[in-house]
Parts: sequence; structure tokens; C-alpha cells
Amino acid sequence: MVYVNKLNRKGKISMQDVSPYLFISPFFILFAVFMLYPLVYSLVLSFSEWRGGEINYVGLANYQQLFTDPLFWQSLYVTGLILVIQVPIMLLLATVLATVLNSNLLRFKGIFRLAFFMPVLIDLVTYSLVFSLMFNENYGMINQFLGLFGIEPIRWFADGFWAKVLIIVALTWRWTGYNTIIILSGLQNVPRDLYESANIDGAGPVTSFFKITVPMLKPVILFCAILSTIGTLQLFAEPYVLTGGGPRNETTTVILYLYDKAFGSFNFGLASAGAYVVTTIIAILSYLQIRMSKGGEI
Amino acid sequence: MHMRQEFNKLLLLIVAMVGVTISIFPFYWMFTASTLTESQIFKVPPTLVPGTNFFENLDKLQNAWPVWKALFNSIFVSGITTVTTVFFSALAGFAFAKYQFKGRELLFFAVLLIMMVPTQVMLVPMFIIMMNFDWIDTYYALIIPFLVTPFGVFLMRQQMLGFPTELIEAARIDGCKDLGIFFKIVLPTMKPACAALGIVTFMQQWGNFIWPLVVINSREMYTLPLMLAMMVQPGQVVQYGPVMVGAVLGLIPMLLLFLLFQKHFVSGVFSGSVKG
Repeated sequence: MVYVNKLNRKGKISMQDVSPYLFISPFFILFAVFMLYPLVYSLVLSFSEWRGGEINYVGLANYQQLFTDPLFWQSLYVTGLILVIQVPIMLLLATVLATVLNSNLLRFKGIFRLAFFMPVLIDLVTYSLVFSLMFNENYGMINQFLGLFGIEPIRWFADGFWAKVLIIVALTWRWTGYNTIIILSGLQNVPRDLYESANIDGAGPVTSFFKITVPMLKPVILFCAILSTIGTLQLFAEPYVLTGGGPRNETTTVILYLYDKAFGSFNFGLASAGAYVVTTIIAILSYLQIRMSKGGEI
Repeated sequence: MHMRQEFNKLLLLIVAMVGVTISIFPFYWMFTASTLTESQIFKVPPTLVPGTNFFENLDKLQNAWPVWKALFNSIFVSGITTVTTVFFSALAGFAFAKYQFKGRELLFFAVLLIMMVPTQVMLVPMFIIMMNFDWIDTYYALIIPFLVTPFGVFLMRQQMLGFPTELIEAARIDGCKDLGIFFKIVLPTMKPACAALGIVTFMQQWGNFIWPLVVINSREMYTLPLMLAMMVQPGQVVQYGPVMVGAVLGLIPMLLLFLLFQKHFVSGVFSGSVKG
């Protein structure tokens, strides 16, 4: 590879030796102040007690307090449960929809693609509000609709189980289209003749889906799975707006828990320790997902 | 054989139609609810046709909440951070892709590393920094921490690796200065990449919720999503008509952006965003 400033090198400092540093300096100054420094600061805080600007070293006390707080474990459990149920459902749905959008048999694909993409445009607070209206326990249209089939009104907000279902439904609505578009681009790289020969061999659409589409898409689905895992572990806006973490903390995600510790009770040390624990979990899960699918490239 | 194909066609169409209905319906209901009175919104069975109450709802909203200020704040904050992120990322990405300099690998590794770290880790220290700077409840807090993103630098470097080095050398031989090369040759050809990065950045900033929630206290400084969330806090009398008008107003900039940059939207969105 040829680099630009190797061209006229005469052994003294020229403009071309300085330029790259000038070019990266606006970024790195801000990067250092608002990203690197906070990252280190957070680590220091996690071993300290913060009181009105005073930082006192307390060793592992924050971590100890964190790991003995049942609510922390519950918030991890809730987050994990949502993750384990929502991500596979969403990725399966997205793969099915992408396959449908990729089929030669479907017409008006442009319009369908546009429609699936719509939820990507809405911000997390706004769609949570729309969902809280639709899922209103007494008058919401979802319960009315279910009533048509003789189903009793579901207590979406008062019942811990259904509150989790509500969040899973909301997440799936918001993110399936996003993943569909990514998977669709992966699908367009799968050679068509694979399907044609499968078709000649008598494979139906369902067989082709599981024998060709899913294996060929492994790397793309892995990419989506990692992004979704990271996203779900950082889940905040939806439970904050939809359920407020309730009932009885049954939808309190780990970031909601940390937010509450930090800005509800100003326990900055504990919150920082928790943030580092979450980051470690994210790193481990991402690593495992990459390892698990050895052979697939991202 | 022909029958089976027809059946498959129908099956695909049904799946697609169900998917579209589910995707679109919440939007339809949001727009419809913004035009209904409170009792129409909660009527049994539900009112599914738009009503005539939009301007009454808008009136109620702007009388009770600083909605236009919030809309302005959102556009202002997202707009500035988008422009600076794209510009500084292109500049740094260019240096990383096309120059050889001491510390290049190490610095780029730092960028990659921070990209992996969830932003929530920085929440508490950033809040303390904002307090120390006395920036709580100001535009500084909303804007300055987001003037650049590591992801932007990463994306721009990737895009610029493919840029022909010969072109840059030729320009240099013709006497063009480094900054001139960047502005006259590199930046114009990078327009699609800039557009894609710009869209992701704008969307992320627009949807940024936890940070404004932490650093903003006064109603005049609310961003639109923050204002909407505050409208349904416990202790508020929630009026869904006005809330949905606010939701519609917040969606309009994103729809316009989408219509203008449709092509770049999809490539931008690939680059990833997160729940939060």
C-alpha cells in the first residue's frame, strides 16, 4: 500500500507530517475528554464512594453491595429473559420476511419493503407511547380485538408476565423490519440457482428455507444477533415509558436499575460498578456468539 | 405444478400483507388518534377513521407544553451534532486511511475499542463532568459530548480505504495542499458515505433519550422525545390526543429525511443502532 506522504520525504518536518495529526485532532480531543476519560473515571468511581464531589476509595464494597442486592439479580434475570425470548423470535420473523421480500413470486416488493422499514423511523419513546395507548387495559384496541375472539381483557401493565410480553411485542415490532432489511441484503448474495435446483429436486418453500436460506445466511444472522444482544442488554426507553419497570420491578431491566441507583439515589459508585459488570457481560456474550459460529465471517 | 406455484404466490402475499399491516397499523392509529377527542380515542369499539379534532389537540398541547421549543431543540441538537460528526469523522477517517504516521495503529485501536463499549458506562462520569462544567440544563450538555462519534471515524476510514491514492498524489504534484485535497477531491466523492453516516447520526441523536433525561431539568430545554415521556409521567393527567399530536410532529422530520435520502437510508441503517 502506498501512503501519500511517503512521496516527498527529505528528512525534515514538512506540512505532510503534521497534517494527519491536525486532521485527527478535533476528533481525538473530544474523544479523550468525553469518552476515554469518562471510561477511566467510571472505573475509579466503581471502587469509590462519591459524596458531593468527594471521592473516597472503598475497595470492592460497591461490587459487594451490587452482588448482594436481589434487585440487581432480578434486573439481570429480566433482561436475560427478554433477550433469550425476543431475539430468536425476531430473527426468525425477520428471516421469513426477508425471504418473502426476496422471492420472485411476490409483486410490489418496493412498497412492501418500504412498509417493513417504517418502524425504523420512529424513536423509542414515541413508539412506546403509541403502544401504551394501544395496549391500555380497559379501552385499548388490542384487548378489544382479543375480545372479539372471546379472550378476557389482558392486564398488560398490572401483571408481571404480561408486562414482559408487552415489552417483547413492542421490541419485536420496532426492530424486526430493521433486521429484515439487513438479512435481505445478505439474501441477495445467495445464488439463485441453489433454489432452482432444490425446486427441481422437489423441495418446497419450507424445506428450501431451512436447508438453504438459513445456513447460507448464518454470518448475516450472527451479525444481527450480536447487534440485538448488545441492544437488548441496554434496554431502557421502552420499560421506562411503557411500564416504569413495574409491576413490582418485574420489567426493571439492568440499565433501568442502574439509572435508578445513579440518579434516583445518587449512588454513583454502585451504578459505575454495575455499568462495568454489564459491559463485561456484553463483551463475553459477543465473544461467545462469534466463537459459536466459527466459520462465519462478520 | 402450476397450482403449487399459484399457492406459493398466495402464501407469500398473505405473509407480506400481514407483516405490512402490523408494521403500519401503529402509525395509522397514531395519526388517527391525534385527530380524535379523548372519548373517541377510548370508545368501544375503537374509532378507526380520522376525526376533526387535530387542531383542538394541537392547541391543548401547545398551551400546556413547550412543544415548538422542544421540536426546535431536537432539530437543533441533532442537526449540529450530525454536521460536526460527519465532518470531523471524514477528516479523521481520511488521515487514518491515507496517511502513515506514528501512533496510527494504536489510536485507531482505541477508536475500535470504545466503539464496543456501551454508552451507559459513561453516563455517571459524564454527568459529573457536566456538573463540574456547570453545563447541566444547557445546550452544551446536549451537544458537546456528541460532536464526534468513534463509529463515524470507523465508517469513514473504511470508505476511504478504497479511494484511489493516485488521485491524491496527482493533486499534490499539481501543487494542491493537504487541506485542499481533502475539500476538493476527497470530500465530494465521499458524499454517499457522508449521507449514510449523517442519517444514522441524526436518527441516533433524535432518539437519544437517557442522556437528555439525565442532564435536562427545565421544560424549555426538553427535546421532543423527553417532552413526550414527561407528558405521561405518573402525576400527569394523560391526554392521549395531544400526546399523539406531539408524536406526529416528532415523526415528520424523520419522514422528510427519509423521503429525501431514501437511497442512503438503508445503507446507513446497516451500520447499526441500538435499543436504549
